[in-house]
Amino acid sequence: MPPRDIRVEFAGGVELLFDNQKQLDIPISKFHDPSHPAKENLTYTVRDLLQLLKDRYLKQRLELFLQGDNVKPGILVVINDCDWELMGGPDYELEPGDRVVFISTLHGG
Amino acid sequence: MPFLCKRCSRKAILKRPKTGDTLCKECFFELFELEIHETIICAKLFKPGLKVAVGASGGKDSTVLAHVMKVLNEKYHYGIHLTLLSVDEGITGYRDDSLETVKRNEQQYELPLKIVSYKDLYGWSMDDIVKQIGLKNNCTFCGVFRRQALDRGATMTAVDMILTGHNADDIAETVLMNLLRGDIARLSRCTAIITGAEGSLPRAKPLKYAYEKEIVMYAYFKKLDYFSTECVYSPNAYRGYARTFLKDLESIRPRCIIDIIHSGENFAIKSSVKMAAQGSCSRCGFISSQEVCKACILLDGLNRGLPRLTTGKMKKAHRSFAQNNKQENGEVTSPAD
Repeated sequence: MPPRDIRVEFAGGVELLFDNQKQLDIPISKFHDPSHPAKENLTYTVRDLLQLLKDRYLKQRLELFLQGDNVKPGILVVINDCDWELMGGPDYELEPGDRVVFISTLHGG
Repeated sequence: MPFLCKRCSRKAILKRPKTGDTLCKECFFELFELEIHETIICAKLFKPGLKVAVGASGGKDSTVLAHVMKVLNEKYHYGIHLTLLSVDEGITGYRDDSLETVKRNEQQYELPLKIVSYKDLYGWSMDDIVKQIGLKNNCTFCGVFRRQALDRGATMTAVDMILTGHNADDIAETVLMNLLRGDIARLSRCTAIITGAEGSLPRAKPLKYAYEKEIVMYAYFKKLDYFSTECVYSPNAYRGYARTFLKDLESIRPRCIIDIIHSGENFAIKSSVKMAAQGSCSRCGFISSQEVCKACILLDGLNRGLPRLTTGKMKKAHRSFAQNNKQENGEVTSPAD
């Protein structure tokens, strides 16, 4: 069976904001917002993923992960081993089986 | 539609912040390494036989630096002898973990590792110092001690040069910080690829033009083993603001980082500005712009149980130090001022 989940990974210190979890598998069904039934069967973007991470998974210090509705500058996003700047950034439409990695560059070197 | 590599038309995996070019993985590795090689060649950093220590913290920058230096030394036959040099500040839950990473790097890159600790050098670990002085000003101690600890470690292992992992973002940030503080002397030298006064050990920054984004992407695609966490003691707030400001600017216009460095490199400092001459400390012999270096002053304060005095006004600290020295030598001193 093909994967139905979105694989999310955290690295470079971002994992500290998510209870030290380095990896999450999020079923597409979790994106479905019951208060907006109209959105069913529509596609979901990385922006939706950010919202979902903020609402359900982020454990602390929102301001270190998000700035407005985008990731904080200095956090790199890699989708399926490709710089998200080449994939449409937050507007990229997720597909089941996608792997999204958030890497902070902001921690000490 | 996927973007293609500007050089070879394979599928691109990275947009370069400096130029906006799109590159495939292989071309990215090649160009990233080549540009560091060019930085090294342009600055004539090495000559064959030189003993060079990479200051290694286990973090992304120094891990990438150690890896790239090993690759370049073999590929372009620099003929230098590379080692790793780490400082153990003695911070439980932070440095002990990152040192494990450095020890793995020692195996992975087959480079000999030397670790020097604050405890051995100064008799105080950072944990001890924080117990004594609390969380205010502790970063001053750590910063001053670290700089000298690298020099001491390098002297112990008889190396000729230290390389540090400072990247383009760090240097742009430092230019801004020095501008904000009006620190003209540092402003004029912080962009130099080699620093260190005559007679002292030179330090070089081969990654000075490498963007943080590319360093992290290089580590990611090469699957390099590095450690990332925040120091458990309080971070430098002022630098934090400068960093956030710079990252916000970069998100709008990525070139700004290289442009700030370019500005820093070309500032002309008026000849009427007084510059502190860099010499060596009369007590420990390591680099100092004063007669006695800041590490000795801070250490003296710690050992006398008066650490707070030494993190305030330096003039007062130097006076206190001199007075204490006279007392030790049996000289008569004037009443406390």
